[in-house]
This record gives sequence, structure tokens and C-alpha cells, in this order.
Amino acid sequence: MERRIVSYLIEKRTFVIPGDLLAEGDYHAGSNAFKEGSKVYASMVGLSNNVGRNVYVVALKGCYVPRGGDLVIGKVVEMRLGSWNVDINSPYNAILFTSEALDRPFNSRREEMTGILDIGDLILAKVISFDRTRGPALTIRESGLGKIVHGSIVRMTPSKIPRLIGRKGSMINLLTRETGCHITVGQNGLILISGKNPELEALTIQVLNIIEEEAHTSGLTNRITDFIKKEKSVLNAEKSKK
Amino acid sequence: MPKKAKSEKLIRRGVRTDGRKLHDLRNIRIDVGPLERADGSAYIEWGNNKILAAVYGPREVHPRHLARPDRAFFRCRYHMAPFSTTERKRPAPSRRERELSKVTRVALEPSILTKLYPRAGIDVFIEVLQSDGGTRCAGITAASIALVDAGIPMKDLVAACAAGKIDGKIVLDLNEVEDQKGDADVPVAIMPRMGGISLLQMDGILSQTEFKEALELALEGCKQVYDLQKEALTKAYVQKEASVKDEEKNEGEEQNE
Amino acid sequence: MSDSYKIVAKITKKQIADNLLKNTRIDGRGLLDYREITTEIGLLEKASGSALVSIGKTKVLAGVKVEMGEPYPDKPDAGVLTVNVELTPLASPSFEPGPPSEDAIELARVVDRGIRESKAIDLNKLCIVPGKKVFVVFVDLNVLNHSGNLFDTSALASILALMNAKTREYTVSKGGQLKYKKSTTHLPLQNFPVEVTVAKIGEKMVVDVSLEEEAVIDAQLTIAVGKDNEICAIQKSLIGTLSQDEVHQALQIATDKAEEIRAKVLRGVEGWLEGKE
Repeated sequence: MERRIVSYLIEKRTFVIPGDLLAEGDYHAGSNAFKEGSKVYASMVGLSNNVGRNVYVVALKGCYVPRGGDLVIGKVVEMRLGSWNVDINSPYNAILFTSEALDRPFNSRREEMTGILDIGDLILAKVISFDRTRGPALTIRESGLGKIVHGSIVRMTPSKIPRLIGRKGSMINLLTRETGCHITVGQNGLILISGKNPELEALTIQVLNIIEEEAHTSGLTNRITDFIKKEKSVLNAEKSKK
Repeated sequence: MPKKAKSEKLIRRGVRTDGRKLHDLRNIRIDVGPLERADGSAYIEWGNNKILAAVYGPREVHPRHLARPDRAFFRCRYHMAPFSTTERKRPAPSRRERELSKVTRVALEPSILTKLYPRAGIDVFIEVLQSDGGTRCAGITAASIALVDAGIPMKDLVAACAAGKIDGKIVLDLNEVEDQKGDADVPVAIMPRMGGISLLQMDGILSQTEFKEALELALEGCKQVYDLQKEALTKAYVQKEASVKDEEKNEGEEQNE
Repeated sequence: MSDSYKIVAKITKKQIADNLLKNTRIDGRGLLDYREITTEIGLLEKASGSALVSIGKTKVLAGVKVEMGEPYPDKPDAGVLTVNVELTPLASPSFEPGPPSEDAIELARVVDRGIRESKAIDLNKLCIVPGKKVFVVFVDLNVLNHSGNLFDTSALASILALMNAKTREYTVSKGGQLKYKKSTTHLPLQNFPVEVTVAKIGEKMVVDVSLEEEAVIDAQLTIAVGKDNEICAIQKSLIGTLSQDEVHQALQIATDKAEEIRAKVLRGVEGWLEGKE
């Protein structure tokens, strides 16, 4: 008796909800998908996609799950001798040990932890490691990492961060160029903007809100370019009036 | 047998007290994401029922000793606002609300991939703002949408609907009057894709045949509810894309990335 | 972390402070500007009266139920008013299910005081049979989304729901039997209190504190102002202190804002007072 081999693959960029069939046959379940028997289903709401036999969903919603190597922006929320607890917008709070904050050993007799980092401080950090049996560990020892002293923080859905960065950095480079602001993107959905000029900072925040709303649509890069050009000319017009 | 007084009839010439036919579902409207602080939320109007569902999570579990090492800890709370019923209800949870909280959790939990978030917690809160029969089914239906809106990974949605017996006939989706005066009520919830029944209750009196008929009818109702859930989610997330495409058509621009 | 949102980032606190020096807030408002106020009246058909009020993203739903009950023994001729607040767990990660917290109870009592002390409802008109049967007015507040300033939003929702409330007219027989008529009537309202919360941040006084600002305020005064600018209730909360001058300042601000809100949001108050309702 011959066995009929079924093979099905959903069209790319189809809107799917949890439980929708993505593929059947010799396929693997990638992110936001799961396999039961020979069928791959979506586990999140989003757009379907595949790279070869790896079928996955680009999620429109979801929390941040830390990965080793990720750059994140976190807030110090608790302090113990030798470590700080950091909120990184994830179901799992992160831990930063003094050994990963200083280039020298921490001398508890001569100095206070608050002198290094206090509750309420924001930090730019890197995730060292994470497995779901224990909380993620951070480091701020690399150059460029450490306490954030000024700027505005914007929150986006973590799954939209790749769209903010764009293919080979196309979107983020466009924004940095056109607004003149320094934009630091945390993989955990927090973005730090610091500009020389509060109006340009405010414009950048507006642009990020648009990307948050329209990340899953096409033609976004062009619309953003046009939007920034329009808003900048309005700002320049107001300036020349003064 | 004493004759039923005319005023007690729930069905007259195939039409129910609210104008529906025996197998008609009440009007349902679902809004996705109305609440800003919650991680996910949904609002449902099901006939005269008005219900809000909110989801928080995955997040740290408090108190910590409740956290489970291998999966997320899932909790549900079903609660009715004091002004939701004909006679004002005391705010403190009644025994009925506590039972419905448990039954709701049992209906939703099989659809959630809890093993992806060990040690974390997921909370569902259902608040009935106005009730008119079938609130547990409406609550479960809304909660399933809220879970999707919160980005909780799920195997499937959960769609719920009830059927019952009034005036000797098996009917779909009982309203409050029908539930109070009728002979039986069978609320059901199902994961439509996978086909598993996750909620099944019954109260009243039914013959074995009648029960099977009611179950069949309730499952058909669940299918209709699932279509409405899918429509609501598509509208909420995809409409933006459609409106953007229209804008570009009007301006005669080419789509380029 | 459910407590993490309570810790406001230091750079945000600095931004709030820097903006205040220029007399603005981080969302662009002036010190004495409210966020957008929207209302939806009568949305719950089963309640006697209802109102959903949003101030910014804060949402509070008020439901009024009028039922028959017994009067208090020391006030046999008066109807009964009772206000209850539910800080529903839907509204904020910090609201946990369970018996009312001290915050919920304080909120309910402060809203109650504004309505009761202003004599917004003429409770004497709610007596059916003296000493035996009166109308009990339940005002139940459900906080649906917490984004700052629950006091003002809740008070506004309450008075709007009371204005919306309708009860069936009735006659009382000699034997004390109540017979309902088909017609409906409004509650006997004679005052329209508005509560304004004035908060102190550093040296500045602001109104309608947002969620982020809540973490940096030193002290606040909630003041209920009646239709003739009379003061009906005051509540100071938070552990900072106020000088006498600051109290006077807050009073003036509250009076001005209450008048503004009463005119813009509580539409139809004149009609009520002229007996058209």
C-alpha cells in the first residue's frame, strides 16, 4: 500500500493566529511555531515566513526573551551586597554582579554599591547568558556600556525591533542621519534617544511610535523618509520666522 | 399536568423572547486591546452581556513559592461588578464566582504553551460589567483574545458557547431569562483547530439524546464564535496594512522597500 | 517585576523636574492643564445610572443602583448613600485581587464625602415610609485602567452616573405598600461637586498627575468643590508636607478648575437647578 506524502507550505506574509496551519511535511517549526506530528502550526499572532524548511512567524506581539549577546537597556530595581537586580522588560529579572560592573574587585569595606549604581539608574548592558532555569546575567564591562545619564527612553514591542533596525541597518541608519540624534536600540524594546535639540528628539520619538504602529506594513521606509522631511521643513519654517 | 400560563412561554411560534429563532446566536462584538496597562485585553458585547478581559504576563510570580520550575503558573479570576446584575451584587467574590474562576482556568490552560515560560506567571482577569446569561462562555471567548493580544504563545484559540432546553426544545445560546426559566443549560468551550473540548458543564434535566443534541448544537455555536474571534483579530492587526495600501493606491505610489 | 514600575528612572525624574522649571510637563501640558476628558453616559442598561470617564488613559466606570432598604436608625427619614470602589486587577499590575486595600477604601470614602457633604442628593426625598422603608443609592466604582489621578476620575464618574440615574416613580398606600408607576424620574440632585487633586512637586503645584509623575510628587490635596464654590471635602495624601500658603494656593487652583470642569463636562447642570430635570 502506497502512502500519500502530503506537503503544504503557507504563502509568505500571511496573517496568522495561534493554531493556524503553517506547513505539513518535511518542515521544521521555527520561532513562534510548533510541530505536532507532521504539521507545523503558528503559536503567535503575526505574519508567516520561512527560510528553506524552517517555518516561523514574525510575531506582532510578545514579551522579550533574553538571549546571550543581546544589547539591552535596563533599570536597577533592587540591590544586594555584590549584585543588583535589573528590570529588562522581561518576565525574568536580570542580575548584575559587581564583578561584571567593575574592572577591579569591589571592596565592601571602603565603598558603597550606590556609588557605582543606585536604584532607579538606567544602564546599557549586554546579556551574558540565559537559560530559563535561572535569571539572565548582565555585564557592563565592555566599552560603551554603563550608566545612562541623559536622553529620552521610548518603549516598543520587542518583536518590532528588527523592523526598527531594518535590513542591514537601513532603517536605523536613515533615522540617525535624518534626525541627527544618537539612537541606542535595546533588543528588549527600550530605545535611548539623545539629541542636541529637544524638537529633533521629539520628532524621533514620533517616528518610533509610527514604526511601532506600522512595523508589519510595506513601504514603511519611504513613508518614514517623507514624514521626517515634512516635519523638518515645518521646524525650519518656524525657526526662520523667529 | 397543569398548563403553563401563556406569560411563561419562552418560545412562541418558533420565536424566542428576544426575537431569535431556536438556533440563532445573539449579536456579538469583540474589541481587541482596549486597556492600556494590561499586557493584553479584549472587550466583548454578547447580546446584553458586557465583559472585559485582561491578561498580565508572562511576569514574575508573587508570592514566589507559587512559581513552578517547569512551566508558567496560570491563574484566572472571574468577577462580576456590583452593578452588573438586576439586583445589586455584593463586591466580594461569591462561591459561584470562585467556581467559575476555576472552570475558566481549566477551559483556557490547555491552549497555552506554559512550558515555554518556567517560573513565570500568567494572569487572566475577567470582569463582567453587565450580565444577561452565558457570561462564562463570553468571558472565556474574550479571555482567549486577550491572551493572543498579550503575545502569550498558544496552541489554539478557545471558543465557548452554550446550548440548552427551553419549552421542550433544544436551543442555542440562552439569555438570562431563558436560563432561569428553562429546563437545562450546557456551556461548552473548545479549541477549534485541535478539536479538544476544554469546558463542559450541564445543569438541569435532559435525556441522553437531548444532551447529545445540545452538545452538538453548542459545538456548532462555538464554530461561529471562533469565526468572530478570527475576524476581530484580523481587523485589529491587519486593518492598518489595508488602510496603508489604500493610501498608497490613492497617491499612485509604487510600493518599495 | 510587579513593583518595578513604581521605581521611576532617575533620568525621567530629572526630565520631570527640568520641565517643571520651565512650567511644563513631560507630556507637553501646562502645570494646570488636565489631560483629555471623555465621557460615555448611560452605557449600562441594567444599572439605574452609569458613566464611563476617561482622563487621559485612566478609565473609571461608575454604576448606580437604587434599591429599597432600611434607613439608618439615627436618620429614619433619610435615604441611604453608599460608595464602593474596586481597584480591579485589570487596571494595573499593582492591583491584586482580594479585599479592598487601604487605597481603595480611602478613594471610596473621599468620593463619598464629596457627594454626601455637598448634599448632592437630597436624601430626605428618598424616604418612602419613615423609619421603615427608604431608597438606598449604591454608587459602585470600577477602576478599569490606572494611568494616574484616580481621585478626580472617580469623583467625576460618580456624579455623572448619579445625574444619569433614573428610578421608577411610585405611590405609597396607607398600609405602607409601595406601588410602582410606569414613569421614571431622576434622583433628587441639588448639588454637583467636582473633586480636583492638586499635587506639589518640588516648588510647583500641578493638577491631574500622570502615572509617571505620581512617583515624584511630595504631597497632594484632593478638594471637593460644590456649585457655589463651597468646600465640601478635603483630603491630604502622601507623606510630604504643605505650608499654609501652599494650601491656600491649592484651594484657589481647585476652585478655578472645578468651575471649568463643571461647565465643560457636567453639561446640563443649569437645567437641573432650574427644576427641568
